[in-house]
Amino acid sequence: MANMRADKVAMPEQAPDVRNKNFEEVALGYTPEMAMEEASRCLNCKNRPCIQGCPVAVQIPDFIALVAEGKFAEAADKIKETSALPAVCGRVCPQESQCEKYCVRGIKGEPVGIGRLERFAADWAREHAEKKEIKIEKNGHKCAIVGAGPAGLTCAGDLARMGYDVTVFEVLHTAGGVLMYGIPEFRLPKAIVQSEIDTLKDMGVEFVLNFVVGRSETIDDLFADGYEAVFVGSGAGLPTFMRVPGENYNGVYSANEYLTRVNLMKAYKDGAATPIMHANKVAVVGGGNVAMDAARCAKRMGAEEVYIVYRRGEAELPARLEEIHHAKEEGVIFKFLTAPVEVLGDPDTYLVKGMVCQQMELGEPDASGRRRPVPIEGSEFTLDLDAIIVAIGTSPNPLIRSTTPGLETNRRGCIVADDATGITSKDGVFAGGDAVTGAATVILAMGAGKRAAAAMDEYIRNKKEA
Amino acid sequence: MLNSNTTLMVVDAPHVARKCRPGQFIILRVDADGERIPLTIADYDRDTGEVTIIFQAAGASTQALGELPEGGMVHDFVGPLGRPSELEGLKKVAVVGGGLGCAIAYPQAKALHDMGAEVDLIAGFRNKDIIILEEEMRAASTSLHLVTDDGSNGRKALVTQVLKELIDAGNQYDAVIAIGPMIMMKFVCETTRPYGIKTIVSMNATMVDGTGMCGCCRLTVGGETKFACVDGPDFDGHLVDFDESMRRSAMYKAQEKAAMEKHECNLHKMEVK
Repeated sequence: MANMRADKVAMPEQAPDVRNKNFEEVALGYTPEMAMEEASRCLNCKNRPCIQGCPVAVQIPDFIALVAEGKFAEAADKIKETSALPAVCGRVCPQESQCEKYCVRGIKGEPVGIGRLERFAADWAREHAEKKEIKIEKNGHKCAIVGAGPAGLTCAGDLARMGYDVTVFEVLHTAGGVLMYGIPEFRLPKAIVQSEIDTLKDMGVEFVLNFVVGRSETIDDLFADGYEAVFVGSGAGLPTFMRVPGENYNGVYSANEYLTRVNLMKAYKDGAATPIMHANKVAVVGGGNVAMDAARCAKRMGAEEVYIVYRRGEAELPARLEEIHHAKEEGVIFKFLTAPVEVLGDPDTYLVKGMVCQQMELGEPDASGRRRPVPIEGSEFTLDLDAIIVAIGTSPNPLIRSTTPGLETNRRGCIVADDATGITSKDGVFAGGDAVTGAATVILAMGAGKRAAAAMDEYIRNKKEA
Repeated sequence: MLNSNTTLMVVDAPHVARKCRPGQFIILRVDADGERIPLTIADYDRDTGEVTIIFQAAGASTQALGELPEGGMVHDFVGPLGRPSELEGLKKVAVVGGGLGCAIAYPQAKALHDMGAEVDLIAGFRNKDIIILEEEMRAASTSLHLVTDDGSNGRKALVTQVLKELIDAGNQYDAVIAIGPMIMMKFVCETTRPYGIKTIVSMNATMVDGTGMCGCCRLTVGGETKFACVDGPDFDGHLVDFDESMRRSAMYKAQEKAAMEKHECNLHKMEVK
């Protein structure tokens, strides 16, 4: 008989006014007892509705049953059958709109804490389980992956498991993509990402860092080098700016720049080589996970006042519920229905002084189905600020499309690829993740990488037979 | 040894050397905690796989780079980044280099010279002690005009004076290429603007990733926001908002100064293999 308590076992966390001054992980993770108790809430439904919400089809009731029995290493192995990055997904997936959304327990009370259990199992296995030697029979075929982010890592892991020789090319000095440069340490410790990458290395995946596909070698060069299929998971790295006057004053950052300085370049540590501005009053423009990450980093970098400036209402915030909740607890001030109009700067120092904003109201739904924000005449007001972080989205980097003849892209610069297979207009080239969809989530990118790996396998097999 | 605070470094980097072209840059990190330093490629050899960079110890990171022993290793070296300079079709060009900018002006002049173009190279330095690449520049140009601010070598003149004289003397340039401090590039553009001569500048903006991701290197060109790393580094100088770019590049000056320890400058030419 399942444990019928209505709510999830609470996640131990650092206290808000302690954690908003450090970069240590906020959520501390379940103890084995907590995990077994939470796992016992799972009804083990016959039709397994939760799995349809998972882009990589983790066998959720199976792994939860193993956790409930205390078989933690086996639970982790079960997750790893379909997911290359379990410790990551357990932390950053928007479970409320995926697996947990379909959980029957959510009808009356809270759904089972699937994300928390996934995290627990992956962490337990990493810390306790003996490293198993991964035996893979090589098939002698070579695949190349462009970009070591979530899509590329997943695709690489699946192909390696099938026996392919996989090389991942990454332009930055660290593999991991957004998991390394974007998502902050306090939400996703970098040692955990590195450990997942090391697991891929143990499986024989080769990583070539500091390599610019498109400049050092084009995709056509990769085929000439003997790679039989190429997966492009180059992400959506190009930041969008607000296009308001004053945007180039010093102190206006893209979220990518701010987060890269803080996370990848470790500017939060004393004595870091990469500089960053230590601002006191910061506004973050945008309402997604990236905006929450930037706001919470700014707080930790010592800012006294941090605002989220978002042009729609609270109900429309695209960020994960947990991030919004954590940001509020940490003292981030939300300015809903507020849009930036102009950045004010000091003409002598060229530094940001403030931002003129405008109140909005919600009108009719727009193409995205969300109600369109409409400015209220005469509602302008000014926020005093010394830094502004723009987190209103990113678009794909133009490098691959401009150097790969025959690769079709759409007018937003996204690579055109079949959703089920990642097949593009260019023979042997597959694509997935943000490079195809525009900025989305880690788990959607992983799902695309997974489907592309299967399609690449099929493509190479068919070619072999032909 | 190039001069008292400028170092030339040859790096074994076949992935970069294989396809790089004049105008492109690399990013390197000296060690595992290092800053990403963007440097324009000064020379390359496709056969040996070597790439030459020239830099000044301007902050703690470039200072650490200068302290690497001959045969030492840099932790990361990525490139080529940015768009190559568009030199095709140019028959007669004035290349203007200022100070360290000559290290970047030189490969452009060389490429043009090798393509058979007529190249008037105007190289300006503060004084005779900091002149770099004089022989190389002479070999890569039809005529070399060396000037210093104090007249200690070559003429005592500004590069813009020499450029104006050359234009007024009837030289019909297809383009002027200006590479150096932003203030110099700005005044070169002001010099050529009345004559309507196409003027290309190389914008060495502050960068983090150098691949189009951070937007730190953004500048205004013809009223539009561009990224120096992926849209440039070369731009039509007559459209660049230099005043904005100069102020943006000064953003971290105070922090860089604080980070740089006092030290005697090292003089060396090294091979990093």
